[in-house]
Amino acid sequence: MRRVEILRVVAAKLLIPFILLFALYVQFHGDFGPGGGFQAGVIFGAAFVLYALIFGLDAARRVAPRAVVDRLVALGVLLYAGTGVVTMLLGGRFLDYDVLNHHHPVHGQHWGIFAVELGVGITVAAGMITLYFSFAGRRRGS
Amino acid sequence: MRGLLAAAMLTGIYSFLGACWMVILDAPDVAFTEAAVGAGIATVLMLATLSLTSTREKPPTRSTAVPLLVVIVTGAALWYGTFDMPHYGDPEAPIHRWPDPSYVERTRVEVDMPNVVTAVLASYRGYDTLGETTVIFTAVIGVMLLLRRPKREQGAK
Repeated sequence: MRRVEILRVVAAKLLIPFILLFALYVQFHGDFGPGGGFQAGVIFGAAFVLYALIFGLDAARRVAPRAVVDRLVALGVLLYAGTGVVTMLLGGRFLDYDVLNHHHPVHGQHWGIFAVELGVGITVAAGMITLYFSFAGRRRGS
Repeated sequence: MRGLLAAAMLTGIYSFLGACWMVILDAPDVAFTEAAVGAGIATVLMLATLSLTSTREKPPTRSTAVPLLVVIVTGAALWYGTFDMPHYGDPEAPIHRWPDPSYVERTRVEVDMPNVVTAVLASYRGYDTLGETTVIFTAVIGVMLLLRRPKREQGAK
């Protein structure tokens, strides 16, 4: 019992906030250093998997309710494709970020890449959480 | 080896070593992915699967000679293929000359991002990345449909 308590304090209270922070760093610093939406999404999802491993599936489900996570999986893809639709509405081609800022096409590129990377990150993070919860939600023989 | 738990852990260790190779090859983006997905999530998912099934492999009922032959032939073919590979770091290697290497030079003017990998993935090859994201989305939907129990059943348990 004692060892479980130490695991909870060390892993949950010390590690998980830093894992989440590192995921956000990888997400939003991907333009400058290594990383991007995919890697950030996996790291973000891994924090929830760790939480579920230590505190159990029901506790993790309370933090990440099914209704929210399910919608986030779709939201990420919609954000990505939606960015492409916005560039089309602004008179450019699909996913042609230059038109997002007519005065500074380079800024348009930055905004576009930010949006699509965020979309990738949301879908991957929610997807990894869903994958683990789907596996862990089953009992032997069910 | 019949202990599947040990096999899953070895796969994770192998993935982690793969991530280290990627760092040596100056590809931190790939190393990141390999460490997080291969060594992290994939190992956890394999262990989750083992907790649902059995941790010991059943003894094979058929001869293992044919699979062994297939593995040896495939391995020999791959090894033979390495003879034609360019030397590591060769500037004339096809990967450095095709497709157009001007991506690297143009990125500074057109996208202005220090990380060329992000610029290529999200901007120059935006369609590909959209396709990859859709693949992940589809895979998650597939797992949900296969593994998730309906809400009614869950309430009744």
